[in-house]
Amino acid sequence: MSNVAPARTPGKFDVERIRADFPILGLRIDGKPLVYLDNAASSQMPQPVIDRLVRYQTSQHSNINRAVHYLSETATFEYAEARCKLARFINASEEREVIFTSGTTDAINLVMHGYGRKFIGAGDEIILTTLEHHSNIVPWQMLCEEKGAKIRVVPVNDAGELLVDEYEKLFNERTRFVGVMHVSNALGTVNPIRHMTAFAHARGVPVLIDGAQAAPHMQIDVQDLDCDFYAFSGHKVCGPTGIGVLYGKAALLEKMQPFKGGGDMILSVTFEKTVYNTIPHKFEAGTPPIAAAIGLGAAVDYLSALGMDNIAAHELELLDYATAQVNRMPGVRIIGTAEKKAAVLSFAVDGVHPHDVGTLLNQEGVAVRTGHHCAQPVMQRFNVPATSRASFAFYNTLAEVDALISGIRAVQKVFS
Amino acid sequence: MTDSKALYQEVILDHNRKPRNYGQLANASHRAEGHNPLCGDRISVGLDLDGERIGGIVFQGESCAICKASASMMTTNVKGKSRADAETLIREFRDMATGKLDPQSETHHLGRLTVFAGICDLPTRVKCAILPWHTLHAALNSVASTSTEAEDDPMHAPIGGA
Repeated sequence: MSNVAPARTPGKFDVERIRADFPILGLRIDGKPLVYLDNAASSQMPQPVIDRLVRYQTSQHSNINRAVHYLSETATFEYAEARCKLARFINASEEREVIFTSGTTDAINLVMHGYGRKFIGAGDEIILTTLEHHSNIVPWQMLCEEKGAKIRVVPVNDAGELLVDEYEKLFNERTRFVGVMHVSNALGTVNPIRHMTAFAHARGVPVLIDGAQAAPHMQIDVQDLDCDFYAFSGHKVCGPTGIGVLYGKAALLEKMQPFKGGGDMILSVTFEKTVYNTIPHKFEAGTPPIAAAIGLGAAVDYLSALGMDNIAAHELELLDYATAQVNRMPGVRIIGTAEKKAAVLSFAVDGVHPHDVGTLLNQEGVAVRTGHHCAQPVMQRFNVPATSRASFAFYNTLAEVDALISGIRAVQKVFS
Repeated sequence: MTDSKALYQEVILDHNRKPRNYGQLANASHRAEGHNPLCGDRISVGLDLDGERIGGIVFQGESCAICKASASMMTTNVKGKSRADAETLIREFRDMATGKLDPQSETHHLGRLTVFAGICDLPTRVKCAILPWHTLHAALNSVASTSTEAEDDPMHAPIGGA
């Protein structure tokens, strides 16, 4: 769509022009320019996406799949268009394999209820990894508690890389499901999910990929990955909050039971018998977040126009530069040194708690995340209560990395 | 917004570097563990109640500078005081940290503890400062463990304050 074309110099990734698309990046915090390095928590929204939300809300809004009037037809069409855009974004073979959810957490819960509760039983085993976000642990623990199934955990090495040999050894005749994150939110590790998926498939085990931290940073091709499920969130790919995607292979989605019951997910209802709708509608009960879905469609248009490969290249340049700078600083240690990483830099400053690091960096206008990153098993594995995490997006600059580095020096000075 | 550098004053940094009354109390009559699940701060407080008087008090834990300094200064302030006086300090400290008590214009017994007054402008850090007091309150009332997220706890201070 022409109204979501980003500012761009052909052949060159022009960060300054891209930044002009993001009104929030012009903010000043305590008089200092905002240096937003908390993109793994949530990314910012460019003007074309904001404009798209305004256009929908001011001239296209009504409920979908219902009335015959103009606005309802328009909203229904635009919502379906958004689904097409998302299917293209991850190269799904069919639009009906894209289910709109409220986010990654909701998507994983959908798989747990829809697939897990139907096909996983007492004594069965689910393989997860040490790196998982709580959202890919807790739903499966709830299932295990209900069914008497068991979770097996793939360990990591000191660099934060999954031990693939150990993963392979965890398989046995009771293995029923694998859940693994594509990119670690806490450490940045890019996991070998294509290999892990192929290994599981050779044993007839389906695989769910938590792609929340991968979709913003690299081209996702679900057909190439051959994963059974792929989940990600809208607000981490420059879209609105309250919207996310579950990709699922059509054959699996059709076999699954619905997660939530209500309107839109049915073909017919009597008190004797309800016939469920076809996919994807079977999994979208009630009025969906229509505006958010359309906004997300505009967001992935924006990213695609920039080019995911260009985005990845720029972000890796930022990561490499930041890693080299931090490695030169005495008293600062990087947590997560995997060979393959996305734009996440978790670090510890000797003698300074991450919360103090975060508060003092904020004083310099630098926004980082501090805490356990909803990945307490990772913190336990690396024997830290929490870390400070800088996470980069395509609109960050090398100068912002410098601001982070001088901010860390200021922290060290206060605590010296 | 308060200048957070003003919060990291020498007195707080000093108590963080050299916490007072840090360690285990072998003969503690009351103990409690405090936990802030949002940031992972953990602190334990042990005290020796001699009748109504706090004869001895120690703390231990893994926490940020704000929490550790708050705990350290708490121990030096309540040691030797009566249980009732300690409860008064707990209440006043919480009220100051959540912006309900202005130490400049209202009467209080906080003394040097007013170095934490600026915390009320940093809502995400309020719980760091309050956790030790929260834990002392639990110990005094023989509650073995407490959390900054325990809604039914009288010390519960929602982020952002009232």
